[in-house]
Amino acid sequence: MMKILVVDDEQDIRSLFEQHFRKEIRKGEMDFVFAFSGEEAMDYINSGENEAVLILSDINMPGMSGLELLHNIREKYATPPPVVMMITAYGDAYNYHMAMENGANDFLTKPLDFGSLKLKLNALIL
Amino acid sequence: MSLSIAPFLITLSLSDRLRKQSKSRKLPHWEKFYRNTFFVSLFLLVTDIVVKDNGIMPWIWILYLGFLLVMSQQEKEFRTMRMFLLAFVPYAVVSFVSTFSEGLLPDFYNAYESYFKSGESIAIIWWVAMLFSMNRQDKIAEKERIKRLREDEINRAIAIRKVELEGLVAERTAELTRQKEELEETLSELKNTQSQLIQSEKMASLGELTAGIAHEIQNPLNFVNNFSEVSNELLVEMEEEMEQGNVEEVRGIITDLKSNLEKINHHGKRADSIVKGMLLHSRAGSGQKEPTDINALADEYLRLAYHGLRAKDKSFNSAYRTELDPAIGKVNVVPQDLGRVILNLLTNAFYVVSEKKKREGAGYEPEVVVKTEKREASLLITVSDNGDGIPSKILDKIFQPFFTTKPAGKGTGLGLSMCYEIVTQGHGGELKVETEEGRGSVFTILLPIETPTKA
Repeated sequence: MMKILVVDDEQDIRSLFEQHFRKEIRKGEMDFVFAFSGEEAMDYINSGENEAVLILSDINMPGMSGLELLHNIREKYATPPPVVMMITAYGDAYNYHMAMENGANDFLTKPLDFGSLKLKLNALIL
Repeated sequence: MSLSIAPFLITLSLSDRLRKQSKSRKLPHWEKFYRNTFFVSLFLLVTDIVVKDNGIMPWIWILYLGFLLVMSQQEKEFRTMRMFLLAFVPYAVVSFVSTFSEGLLPDFYNAYESYFKSGESIAIIWWVAMLFSMNRQDKIAEKERIKRLREDEINRAIAIRKVELEGLVAERTAELTRQKEELEETLSELKNTQSQLIQSEKMASLGELTAGIAHEIQNPLNFVNNFSEVSNELLVEMEEEMEQGNVEEVRGIITDLKSNLEKINHHGKRADSIVKGMLLHSRAGSGQKEPTDINALADEYLRLAYHGLRAKDKSFNSAYRTELDPAIGKVNVVPQDLGRVILNLLTNAFYVVSEKKKREGAGYEPEVVVKTEKREASLLITVSDNGDGIPSKILDKIFQPFFTTKPAGKGTGLGLSMCYEIVTQGHGGELKVETEEGRGSVFTILLPIETPTKA
Protein backbone atom coordinates (compact mmCIF):
# COMPACT_ATOMS: atom_id res chain seq x y z
CA MET A 1 0.00 0.00 0.00
CA MET A 2 1.20 3.44 -0.92
CA LYS A 3 0.81 6.26 1.58
CA ILE A 4 0.31 9.60 -0.09
CA LEU A 5 0.55 12.99 1.64
CA VAL A 6 -1.42 15.72 -0.10
CA VAL A 7 -0.54 19.29 0.88
CA ASP A 8 -2.86 22.08 -0.18
CA ASP A 9 -4.41 25.06 1.60
CA GLU A 10 -7.77 24.35 -0.04
CA GLN A 11 -9.78 22.00 2.20
CA ASP A 12 -11.99 20.77 -0.62
CA ILE A 13 -9.03 19.08 -2.27
CA ARG A 14 -9.53 16.30 0.28
CA SER A 15 -12.94 15.14 -0.93
CA LEU A 16 -11.77 15.43 -4.52
CA PHE A 17 -8.91 13.00 -3.89
CA GLU A 18 -11.05 10.70 -1.77
CA GLN A 19 -13.68 10.50 -4.46
CA HIS A 20 -11.35 10.15 -7.40
CA PHE A 21 -9.38 7.42 -5.69
CA ARG A 22 -12.44 5.79 -4.11
CA LYS A 23 -11.75 2.40 -5.56
CA GLU A 24 -8.05 2.50 -4.81
CA ILE A 25 -8.71 3.50 -1.21
CA ARG A 26 -11.32 0.81 -0.82
CA LYS A 27 -9.02 -1.79 -2.27
CA GLY A 28 -6.31 -0.62 0.12
CA GLU A 29 -3.92 0.27 -2.67
CA MET A 30 -3.60 3.86 -1.59
CA ASP A 31 -3.90 5.71 1.67
CA PHE A 32 -4.24 9.47 1.65
CA VAL A 33 -3.17 11.84 4.39
CA PHE A 34 -3.93 15.53 4.10
CA ALA A 35 -2.14 18.60 5.34
CA PHE A 36 -3.45 22.10 4.75
CA SER A 37 -0.20 24.00 5.02
CA GLY A 38 3.50 23.48 4.62
CA GLU A 39 3.93 23.69 8.39
CA GLU A 40 1.28 21.03 8.98
CA ALA A 41 3.00 18.80 6.43
CA MET A 42 6.33 19.24 8.22
CA ASP A 43 4.66 18.42 11.55
CA TYR A 44 3.24 15.26 10.07
CA ILE A 45 6.57 14.23 8.59
CA ASN A 46 8.38 15.07 11.84
CA SER A 47 5.85 13.13 13.90
CA GLY A 48 7.58 9.94 12.85
CA GLU A 49 4.61 8.37 11.18
CA ASN A 50 6.39 9.21 8.03
CA GLU A 51 5.39 6.35 5.88
CA ALA A 52 4.46 8.59 3.02
CA VAL A 53 6.37 7.65 -0.02
CA LEU A 54 4.67 10.17 -2.18
CA ILE A 55 4.06 13.78 -1.44
CA LEU A 56 1.82 15.92 -3.60
CA SER A 57 2.22 19.55 -2.70
CA ASP A 58 0.70 22.77 -3.86
CA ILE A 59 3.26 25.53 -4.36
CA ASN A 60 1.18 28.58 -3.54
CA MET A 61 0.28 28.46 0.10
CA PRO A 62 0.41 31.14 2.70
CA GLY A 63 3.19 30.65 5.19
CA MET A 64 5.60 27.93 4.18
CA SER A 65 5.29 27.59 0.44
CA GLY A 66 5.43 24.30 -1.45
CA LEU A 67 8.93 25.10 -2.63
CA GLU A 68 10.14 25.70 0.92
CA LEU A 69 8.49 22.46 1.99
CA LEU A 70 10.24 20.63 -0.83
CA HIS A 71 13.54 22.20 0.15
CA ASN A 72 13.06 21.15 3.78
CA ILE A 73 12.11 17.61 2.84
CA ARG A 74 15.11 17.20 0.55
CA GLU A 75 17.43 18.63 3.17
CA LYS A 76 16.23 16.52 6.10
CA TYR A 77 15.11 13.26 4.58
CA ALA A 78 17.79 12.19 2.22
CA THR A 79 17.15 8.45 2.74
CA PRO A 80 14.86 7.06 1.57
CA PRO A 81 13.94 10.00 -0.58
CA PRO A 82 10.17 10.25 -0.99
CA VAL A 83 8.71 11.03 -4.39
CA VAL A 84 7.58 14.64 -4.38
CA MET A 85 5.29 16.05 -7.02
CA MET A 86 4.62 19.76 -7.13
CA ILE A 87 1.26 21.15 -8.12
CA THR A 88 0.69 24.75 -9.03
CA ALA A 89 -1.85 27.02 -10.62
CA TYR A 90 1.01 29.07 -12.00
CA GLY A 91 2.65 26.80 -14.52
CA ASP A 92 5.31 29.35 -15.26
CA ALA A 93 9.00 28.84 -15.99
CA TYR A 94 10.14 30.28 -12.65
CA ASN A 95 8.11 27.86 -10.56
CA TYR A 96 9.03 24.94 -12.75
CA HIS A 97 12.71 25.82 -12.58
CA MET A 98 12.61 26.30 -8.81
CA ALA A 99 10.75 23.03 -8.31
CA MET A 100 13.23 21.06 -10.42
CA GLU A 101 16.22 22.74 -8.79
CA ASN A 102 14.91 21.75 -5.36
CA GLY A 103 14.58 18.16 -6.47
CA ALA A 104 10.94 17.70 -7.39
CA ASN A 105 10.12 14.48 -9.18
CA ASP A 106 7.29 15.93 -11.18
CA PHE A 107 5.54 19.17 -11.85
CA LEU A 108 1.76 19.27 -12.32
CA THR A 109 -0.45 22.22 -13.10
CA LYS A 110 -3.93 22.99 -11.90
CA PRO A 111 -6.62 22.16 -12.83
CA LEU A 112 -5.40 18.67 -11.98
CA ASP A 113 -5.96 16.04 -14.59
CA PHE A 114 -6.90 13.21 -12.25
CA GLY A 115 -6.84 10.70 -15.13
CA SER A 116 -3.15 11.23 -15.87
CA LEU A 117 -2.36 11.59 -12.17
CA LYS A 118 -3.95 8.21 -11.57
CA LEU A 119 -1.78 6.73 -14.32
CA LYS A 120 1.34 8.25 -12.79
CA LEU A 121 0.47 6.93 -9.32
CA ASN A 122 -0.35 3.50 -10.65
CA ALA A 123 2.99 3.46 -12.43
CA LEU A 124 4.68 4.16 -9.07
CA ILE A 125 2.84 1.35 -7.34
CA LEU A 126 3.90 -1.21 -9.88
CA MET B 1 -8.63 168.18 23.64
CA SER B 2 -8.18 164.85 25.35
CA LEU B 3 -11.92 164.42 25.06
CA SER B 4 -12.00 164.57 21.29
CA ILE B 5 -8.95 162.28 20.86
CA ALA B 6 -10.57 159.52 22.95
CA PRO B 7 -13.90 159.37 21.05
CA PHE B 8 -11.99 159.63 17.79
CA LEU B 9 -9.75 156.68 18.65
CA ILE B 10 -12.70 154.71 19.98
CA THR B 11 -14.97 155.28 16.96
CA LEU B 12 -12.00 154.74 14.65
CA SER B 13 -11.11 151.43 16.26
CA LEU B 14 -14.78 150.41 16.27
CA SER B 15 -15.13 151.16 12.54
CA ASP B 16 -11.86 149.50 11.79
CA ARG B 17 -12.80 146.31 13.66
CA LEU B 18 -16.21 146.13 12.09
CA ARG B 19 -14.69 146.68 8.65
CA LYS B 20 -12.19 143.89 9.20
CA GLN B 21 -14.94 141.61 10.48
CA SER B 22 -17.06 142.43 7.42
CA LYS B 23 -14.15 141.64 5.18
CA SER B 24 -13.34 138.31 6.79
CA ARG B 25 -17.05 137.40 6.79
CA LYS B 26 -17.35 138.41 3.17
CA LEU B 27 -19.92 141.15 3.67
CA PRO B 28 -18.79 143.73 1.04
CA HIS B 29 -21.56 146.30 1.67
CA TRP B 30 -20.75 146.44 5.39
CA GLU B 31 -17.08 146.68 4.57
CA LYS B 32 -17.76 149.66 2.37
CA PHE B 33 -20.01 151.18 5.05
CA TYR B 34 -17.33 150.95 7.72
CA ARG B 35 -14.67 152.30 5.40
CA ASN B 36 -16.86 155.37 5.09
CA THR B 37 -17.41 155.63 8.85
CA PHE B 38 -13.62 155.67 9.18
CA PHE B 39 -13.58 158.90 7.21
CA VAL B 40 -16.54 160.19 9.20
CA SER B 41 -14.47 159.78 12.39
CA LEU B 42 -11.56 161.56 10.74
CA PHE B 43 -13.90 164.35 9.56
CA LEU B 44 -15.40 164.72 13.06
CA LEU B 45 -11.93 164.98 14.60
CA VAL B 46 -10.90 167.71 12.17
CA THR B 47 -14.20 169.55 12.80
CA ASP B 48 -13.70 169.19 16.57
CA ILE B 49 -10.20 170.66 16.33
CA VAL B 50 -11.32 173.50 14.06
CA VAL B 51 -14.55 174.36 15.91
CA LYS B 52 -13.00 174.07 19.39
CA ASP B 53 -14.99 173.53 22.50
CA ASN B 54 -18.51 174.63 21.60
CA GLY B 55 -20.45 172.11 23.68
CA ILE B 56 -22.08 170.44 20.63
CA MET B 57 -19.19 168.26 19.51
CA PRO B 58 -19.32 165.90 22.59
CA TRP B 59 -22.98 165.29 21.75
CA ILE B 60 -22.14 164.58 18.13
CA TRP B 61 -19.39 162.16 19.21
CA ILE B 62 -21.79 160.35 21.53
CA LEU B 63 -24.52 160.19 18.93
CA TYR B 64 -22.05 158.98 16.39
CA LEU B 65 -20.71 156.27 18.73
CA GLY B 66 -24.29 155.26 19.62
CA PHE B 67 -25.09 155.15 15.92
CA LEU B 68 -22.16 152.81 15.24
CA LEU B 69 -23.13 150.56 18.12
CA VAL B 70 -26.75 150.37 16.99
CA MET B 71 -25.73 149.77 13.36
CA SER B 72 -23.44 146.96 14.43
CA GLN B 73 -26.52 145.22 15.78
CA GLN B 74 -28.24 145.41 12.36
CA GLU B 75 -26.11 142.65 10.91
CA LYS B 76 -27.00 139.27 12.34
CA GLU B 77 -23.44 138.06 11.79
CA PHE B 78 -22.07 140.65 14.25
CA ARG B 79 -24.41 139.76 17.08
CA THR B 80 -22.01 137.08 18.14
CA MET B 81 -19.46 139.84 18.86
CA ARG B 82 -21.14 140.98 22.08
CA MET B 83 -17.85 140.78 24.00
CA PHE B 84 -16.23 143.07 21.51
CA LEU B 85 -19.03 145.61 21.75
CA LEU B 86 -18.80 145.50 25.54
CA ALA B 87 -15.46 147.27 25.21
CA PHE B 88 -17.22 150.38 23.84
CA VAL B 89 -20.44 150.42 25.84
CA PRO B 90 -18.95 151.65 29.16
CA TYR B 91 -17.28 154.56 27.43
CA ALA B 92 -20.46 155.38 25.49
CA VAL B 93 -22.51 155.36 28.72
CA VAL B 94 -20.01 157.25 30.82
CA SER B 95 -19.39 159.94 28.18
CA PHE B 96 -23.15 160.25 27.55
CA VAL B 97 -23.88 160.75 31.27
CA SER B 98 -20.93 163.11 31.63
CA THR B 99 -21.82 165.21 28.56
CA PHE B 100 -25.49 165.22 29.56
CA SER B 101 -24.69 166.46 33.10
CA GLU B 102 -22.13 169.00 31.90
CA GLY B 103 -24.57 170.55 29.43
CA LEU B 104 -27.85 170.38 31.43
CA LEU B 105 -26.87 170.11 35.12
CA PRO B 106 -23.61 172.11 35.35
CA ASP B 107 -23.85 172.37 39.21
CA PHE B 108 -24.17 168.69 39.63
CA TYR B 109 -21.39 168.17 37.08
CA ASN B 110 -19.02 170.60 38.77
CA ALA B 111 -19.69 169.05 42.19
CA TYR B 112 -18.85 165.56 40.92
CA GLU B 113 -16.44 166.47 38.09
CA SER B 114 -13.61 164.38 39.50
CA TYR B 115 -15.92 161.34 39.54
CA PHE B 116 -16.94 161.93 35.94
CA LYS B 117 -13.32 162.38 34.89
CA SER B 118 -12.15 159.22 36.66
CA GLY B 119 -15.21 157.32 35.33
CA GLU B 120 -14.21 158.41 31.83
CA SER B 121 -10.60 157.35 32.49
CA ILE B 122 -11.72 153.97 33.81
CA ALA B 123 -13.93 153.54 30.73
CA ILE B 124 -10.93 154.33 28.50
CA ILE B 125 -8.67 151.95 30.45
CA TRP B 126 -11.41 149.35 30.20
CA TRP B 127 -11.55 149.92 26.45
CA VAL B 128 -7.74 149.66 26.07
CA ALA B 129 -7.65 146.51 28.20
CA MET B 130 -10.49 144.99 26.19
CA LEU B 131 -8.67 145.96 23.00
CA PHE B 132 -5.56 144.09 24.12
CA SER B 133 -7.49 141.04 25.14
CA MET B 134 -9.44 141.16 21.88
CA ASN B 135 -6.24 141.41 19.89
CA ARG B 136 -4.97 138.34 21.64
CA GLN B 137 -8.20 136.53 20.93
CA ASP B 138 -7.99 137.67 17.35
CA LYS B 139 -4.53 136.22 17.03
CA ILE B 140 -5.75 132.93 18.43
CA ALA B 141 -8.74 133.02 16.10
CA GLU B 142 -6.44 133.80 13.18
CA LYS B 143 -4.26 130.85 14.08
CA GLU B 144 -7.36 128.70 14.26
CA ARG B 145 -8.45 129.96 10.88
CA ILE B 146 -5.06 129.24 9.31
CA LYS B 147 -5.10 125.84 10.91
CA ARG B 148 -8.58 125.19 9.51
CA LEU B 149 -7.44 126.37 6.12
CA ARG B 150 -4.52 124.01 6.23
CA GLU B 151 -6.81 121.21 7.32
CA ASP B 152 -9.09 122.03 4.43
CA GLU B 153 -6.13 121.89 2.12
CA ILE B 154 -5.08 118.55 3.58
CA ASN B 155 -8.64 117.28 3.28
CA ARG B 156 -8.75 118.36 -0.32
CA ALA B 157 -5.42 116.62 -0.97
CA ILE B 158 -6.78 113.53 0.79
CA ALA B 159 -9.89 113.65 -1.35
CA ILE B 160 -7.75 113.79 -4.50
CA ARG B 161 -5.57 110.95 -3.22
CA LYS B 162 -8.71 109.04 -2.34
CA VAL B 163 -9.99 109.30 -5.90
CA GLU B 164 -6.60 108.12 -7.16
CA LEU B 165 -6.61 105.27 -4.69
CA GLU B 166 -10.13 104.29 -5.62
CA GLY B 167 -8.98 104.08 -9.21
CA LEU B 168 -6.06 101.91 -8.16
CA VAL B 169 -8.32 99.72 -6.03
CA ALA B 170 -10.71 99.25 -8.93
CA GLU B 171 -7.77 98.30 -11.13
CA ARG B 172 -6.40 95.87 -8.57
CA THR B 173 -9.86 94.44 -7.96
CA ALA B 174 -10.25 93.78 -11.65
CA GLU B 175 -6.85 92.12 -11.68
CA LEU B 176 -7.68 90.04 -8.62
CA THR B 177 -11.00 89.01 -10.10
CA ARG B 178 -9.22 87.90 -13.24
CA GLN B 179 -6.67 86.00 -11.14
CA LYS B 180 -9.45 84.47 -9.09
CA GLU B 181 -11.16 83.28 -12.25
CA GLU B 182 -7.89 81.85 -13.49
CA LEU B 183 -7.38 80.11 -10.16
CA GLU B 184 -10.89 78.73 -10.23
CA GLU B 185 -10.26 77.38 -13.67
CA THR B 186 -6.99 75.85 -12.52
CA LEU B 187 -8.75 74.43 -9.48
CA SER B 188 -11.43 72.77 -11.56
CA GLU B 189 -8.70 71.42 -13.84
CA LEU B 190 -6.91 70.08 -10.79
CA LYS B 191 -10.12 68.54 -9.50
CA ASN B 192 -10.60 66.83 -12.84
CA THR B 193 -7.03 65.61 -12.76
CA GLN B 194 -7.56 64.42 -9.20
CA SER B 195 -10.64 62.40 -10.07
CA GLN B 196 -8.76 60.99 -13.05
CA LEU B 197 -5.86 60.15 -10.76
CA ILE B 198 -8.21 58.49 -8.30
CA GLN B 199 -9.73 56.47 -11.10
CA SER B 200 -6.34 55.50 -12.50
CA GLU B 201 -5.13 54.69 -8.99
CA LYS B 202 -8.13 52.41 -8.65
CA MET B 203 -7.44 50.83 -12.00
CA ALA B 204 -3.74 50.55 -11.20
CA SER B 205 -4.41 48.81 -7.91
CA LEU B 206 -6.78 46.52 -9.79
CA GLY B 207 -4.25 46.04 -12.58
CA GLU B 208 -1.60 45.03 -10.07
CA LEU B 209 -4.01 42.42 -8.85
CA THR B 210 -5.19 41.12 -12.19
CA ALA B 211 -3.11 37.98 -11.95
CA GLY B 212 -4.24 37.43 -8.40
CA ILE B 213 -7.83 37.92 -9.36
CA ALA B 214 -7.42 35.52 -12.26
CA HIS B 215 -6.02 33.00 -9.83
CA GLU B 216 -8.85 33.63 -7.41
CA ILE B 217 -11.38 33.01 -10.17
CA GLN B 218 -9.48 30.08 -11.62
CA ASN B 219 -9.33 28.34 -8.27
CA PRO B 220 -13.09 27.99 -7.69
CA LEU B 221 -13.57 27.23 -11.38
CA ASN B 222 -11.10 24.35 -11.02
CA PHE B 223 -13.18 23.04 -8.17
CA VAL B 224 -16.36 23.38 -10.19
CA ASN B 225 -14.77 21.41 -13.03
CA ASN B 226 -13.14 18.83 -10.75
CA PHE B 227 -16.26 18.22 -8.71
CA SER B 228 -18.49 17.88 -11.75
CA GLU B 229 -16.01 15.48 -13.34
CA VAL B 230 -15.73 13.36 -10.24
CA SER B 231 -19.49 13.41 -9.87
CA ASN B 232 -19.79 11.95 -13.35
CA GLU B 233 -17.39 9.22 -12.41
CA LEU B 234 -19.32 8.62 -9.20
CA LEU B 235 -22.53 8.21 -11.19
CA VAL B 236 -20.90 5.52 -13.32
CA GLU B 237 -19.68 3.82 -10.17
CA MET B 238 -23.10 4.16 -8.60
CA GLU B 239 -24.67 2.38 -11.55
CA GLU B 240 -22.16 -0.43 -11.13
CA GLU B 241 -22.88 -0.65 -7.41
CA MET B 242 -26.63 -0.65 -8.04
CA GLU B 243 -26.28 -3.55 -10.45
CA GLN B 244 -24.37 -5.42 -7.81
CA GLY B 245 -27.02 -4.44 -5.25
CA ASN B 246 -24.61 -2.73 -2.84
CA VAL B 247 -27.19 -0.41 -1.27
CA GLU B 248 -24.73 0.90 1.36
CA GLU B 249 -22.25 1.90 -1.30
CA VAL B 250 -24.97 3.55 -3.35
CA ARG B 251 -26.07 5.52 -0.27
CA GLY B 252 -22.46 6.62 0.33
CA ILE B 253 -22.11 7.75 -3.26
CA ILE B 254 -25.38 9.69 -3.06
CA THR B 255 -24.09 11.50 0.03
CA ASP B 256 -20.89 12.37 -1.84
CA LEU B 257 -22.85 13.56 -4.86
CA LYS B 258 -25.00 15.79 -2.67
CA SER B 259 -21.99 17.35 -1.04
CA ASN B 260 -20.30 17.69 -4.46
CA LEU B 261 -23.26 19.62 -5.80
CA GLU B 262 -23.13 21.87 -2.75
CA LYS B 263 -19.41 22.41 -3.34
CA ILE B 264 -19.97 23.18 -7.02
CA ASN B 265 -22.57 25.72 -5.97
CA HIS B 266 -20.28 27.16 -3.29
CA HIS B 267 -17.32 27.59 -5.64
CA GLY B 268 -19.53 28.97 -8.39
CA LYS B 269 -20.75 31.60 -5.98
CA ARG B 270 -17.21 32.32 -4.90
CA ALA B 271 -16.13 33.04 -8.48
CA ASP B 272 -19.26 35.09 -8.94
CA SER B 273 -18.58 37.25 -5.90
CA ILE B 274 -14.99 37.83 -6.99
CA VAL B 275 -16.08 39.03 -10.42
CA LYS B 276 -18.72 41.23 -8.80
CA GLY B 277 -16.16 42.57 -6.35
CA MET B 278 -13.81 43.37 -9.19
CA LEU B 279 -16.53 45.22 -11.07
CA LEU B 280 -17.42 47.04 -7.89
CA HIS B 281 -13.82 47.99 -7.34
CA SER B 282 -13.29 49.36 -10.84
CA ARG B 283 -16.57 51.24 -11.04
CA ALA B 284 -16.30 55.00 -10.49
CA GLY B 285 -18.13 54.58 -7.21
CA SER B 286 -21.75 55.60 -6.84
CA GLY B 287 -20.72 56.32 -3.27
CA GLN B 288 -23.86 54.76 -1.89
CA LYS B 289 -23.71 53.07 1.46
CA GLU B 290 -25.23 49.65 1.60
CA PRO B 291 -25.38 46.82 4.12
CA THR B 292 -22.10 45.01 3.64
CA ASP B 293 -20.66 41.86 5.15
CA ILE B 294 -17.43 43.35 6.48
CA ASN B 295 -15.85 40.00 7.28
CA ALA B 296 -16.45 38.66 3.76
CA LEU B 297 -15.10 41.89 2.32
CA ALA B 298 -11.95 41.72 4.44
CA ASP B 299 -11.43 38.04 3.65
CA GLU B 300 -11.93 38.52 -0.08
CA TYR B 301 -9.56 41.45 -0.35
CA LEU B 302 -6.98 39.62 1.74
CA ARG B 303 -6.97 36.81 -0.78
CA LEU B 304 -6.91 39.24 -3.70
CA ALA B 305 -3.98 41.15 -2.24
CA TYR B 306 -2.05 38.02 -1.39
CA HIS B 307 -2.56 36.27 -4.69
CA GLY B 308 -2.10 39.50 -6.59
CA LEU B 309 1.36 40.07 -5.14
CA ARG B 310 2.11 36.39 -5.34
CA ALA B 311 1.32 36.36 -9.03
CA LYS B 312 3.44 39.41 -9.65
CA ASP B 313 6.45 38.32 -7.69
CA LYS B 314 6.97 34.57 -7.73
CA SER B 315 9.42 34.68 -4.85
CA PHE B 316 6.96 36.53 -2.65
CA ASN B 317 5.50 34.58 0.19
CA SER B 318 3.93 35.52 3.45
CA ALA B 319 1.76 33.93 6.04
CA TYR B 320 -1.59 35.62 6.49
CA ARG B 321 -4.50 35.03 8.74
CA THR B 322 -7.79 36.51 9.69
CA GLU B 323 -9.33 37.01 13.09
CA LEU B 324 -12.87 37.90 12.17
CA ASP B 325 -15.49 38.74 14.76
CA PRO B 326 -18.74 37.04 13.68
CA ALA B 327 -20.75 39.51 15.76
CA ILE B 328 -20.21 42.21 13.13
CA GLY B 329 -22.66 41.03 10.51
CA LYS B 330 -23.72 43.60 7.97
CA VAL B 331 -22.80 47.24 8.36
CA ASN B 332 -23.72 50.22 6.20
CA VAL B 333 -20.61 51.21 4.25
CA VAL B 334 -19.64 52.04 0.68
CA PRO B 335 -18.29 48.58 -0.14
CA GLN B 336 -16.02 49.49 -3.05
CA ASP B 337 -14.50 52.38 -1.08
CA LEU B 338 -13.94 50.42 2.10
CA GLY B 339 -12.66 47.53 -0.02
CA ARG B 340 -10.09 49.86 -1.54
CA VAL B 341 -8.97 50.98 1.89
CA ILE B 342 -8.54 47.41 3.09
CA LEU B 343 -6.84 46.42 -0.16
CA ASN B 344 -4.49 49.36 0.05
CA LEU B 345 -3.53 48.66 3.66
CA LEU B 346 -3.02 45.02 2.77
CA THR B 347 -0.87 45.60 -0.31
CA ASN B 348 1.24 47.99 1.77
CA ALA B 349 1.55 45.40 4.53
CA PHE B 350 2.50 42.65 2.10
CA TYR B 351 4.94 45.01 0.40
CA VAL B 352 6.79 45.81 3.64
CA VAL B 353 6.99 42.21 4.80
CA SER B 354 8.24 41.04 1.41
CA GLU B 355 10.90 43.77 1.39
CA LYS B 356 12.00 42.64 4.84
CA LYS B 357 12.02 39.01 3.78
CA LYS B 358 14.25 39.83 0.80
CA ARG B 359 16.69 41.49 3.16
CA GLU B 360 16.63 39.14 6.12
CA GLY B 361 16.02 35.79 4.43
CA ALA B 362 15.30 32.56 6.25
CA GLY B 363 15.37 33.93 9.79
CA TYR B 364 12.30 36.05 9.25
CA GLU B 365 8.74 34.81 8.89
CA PRO B 366 6.52 37.44 7.35
CA GLU B 367 2.96 37.59 8.57
CA VAL B 368 -0.01 39.84 7.85
CA VAL B 369 -3.12 39.71 10.01
CA VAL B 370 -6.54 41.12 9.32
CA LYS B 371 -8.71 41.45 12.36
CA THR B 372 -12.26 42.67 12.80
CA GLU B 373 -13.84 43.48 16.09
CA LYS B 374 -17.22 44.76 17.11
CA ARG B 375 -17.26 47.36 19.85
CA GLU B 376 -20.34 48.95 21.36
CA ALA B 377 -21.16 51.48 18.66
CA SER B 378 -18.17 51.03 16.46
CA LEU B 379 -16.33 48.58 14.34
CA LEU B 380 -12.59 48.00 14.23
CA ILE B 381 -10.72 46.64 11.26
CA THR B 382 -7.01 46.24 11.84
CA VAL B 383 -4.34 45.29 9.37
CA SER B 384 -1.09 44.42 11.05
CA ASP B 385 2.25 43.33 9.70
CA ASN B 386 5.55 42.34 11.26
CA GLY B 387 7.61 44.38 8.84
CA ASP B 388 10.05 47.16 9.56
CA GLY B 389 7.62 49.65 11.01
CA ILE B 390 7.49 53.30 10.07
CA PRO B 391 10.31 55.66 11.11
CA SER B 392 8.91 58.29 13.48
CA LYS B 393 10.25 61.15 11.37
CA ILE B 394 7.94 60.29 8.47
CA LEU B 395 5.02 59.05 10.54
CA ASP B 396 3.09 62.30 10.34
CA LYS B 397 3.52 62.43 6.57
CA ILE B 398 2.21 59.04 5.55
CA PHE B 399 -1.37 60.22 5.06
CA GLN B 400 -0.30 63.18 2.93
CA PRO B 401 -0.99 62.95 -0.79
CA PHE B 402 1.99 62.06 -3.00
CA PHE B 403 4.06 60.89 -0.05
CA THR B 404 5.61 57.52 -0.74
CA THR B 405 8.62 55.60 0.43
CA LYS B 406 8.50 53.30 -2.55
CA PRO B 407 11.09 53.83 -5.30
CA ALA B 408 10.09 56.18 -8.13
CA GLY B 409 7.50 54.64 -10.40
CA LYS B 410 6.41 52.07 -7.82
CA GLY B 411 3.88 54.13 -5.93
CA THR B 412 1.82 57.26 -6.60
CA GLY B 413 1.76 58.25 -2.95
CA LEU B 414 -1.99 58.57 -3.18
CA GLY B 415 -2.97 55.28 -1.58
CA LEU B 416 -2.96 56.16 2.11
CA SER B 417 -4.21 59.70 1.58
CA MET B 418 -7.22 58.27 -0.25
CA CYS B 419 -7.72 55.69 2.48
CA TYR B 420 -7.68 58.47 5.02
CA GLU B 421 -10.22 60.49 3.08
CA ILE B 422 -12.53 57.51 2.55
CA VAL B 423 -12.47 56.53 6.21
CA THR B 424 -12.73 60.00 7.77
CA GLN B 425 -14.86 61.91 5.29
CA GLY B 426 -16.71 59.12 3.56
CA HIS B 427 -17.56 57.13 6.66
CA GLY B 428 -17.04 59.50 9.58
CA GLY B 429 -14.49 57.15 11.04
CA GLU B 430 -10.84 57.26 12.01
CA LEU B 431 -7.73 55.80 10.45
CA LYS B 432 -4.89 55.38 12.87
CA VAL B 433 -1.50 53.80 12.84
CA GLU B 434 0.61 52.33 15.58
CA THR B 435 4.09 51.38 14.69
CA GLU B 436 7.29 50.22 16.24
CA GLU B 437 10.47 50.46 14.26
CA GLY B 438 11.75 47.03 13.40
CA ARG B 439 8.66 45.31 14.82
CA GLY B 440 5.87 46.23 12.44
CA SER B 441 2.82 48.41 12.04
CA VAL B 442 -0.85 48.19 12.89
CA PHE B 443 -3.31 50.23 10.85
CA THR B 444 -6.70 50.58 12.51
CA ILE B 445 -9.91 51.59 10.77
CA LEU B 446 -12.48 52.69 13.31
CA LEU B 447 -15.99 53.05 11.90
CA PRO B 448 -19.12 54.15 13.70
CA ILE B 449 -21.72 51.43 13.22
CA GLU B 450 -24.75 52.33 11.18
CA THR B 451 -26.89 49.25 11.35
CA PRO B 452 -28.83 48.66 8.15
CA THR B 453 -32.34 50.06 8.39
CA LYS B 454 -33.55 47.21 6.25
CA ALA B 455 -34.78 44.33 8.44
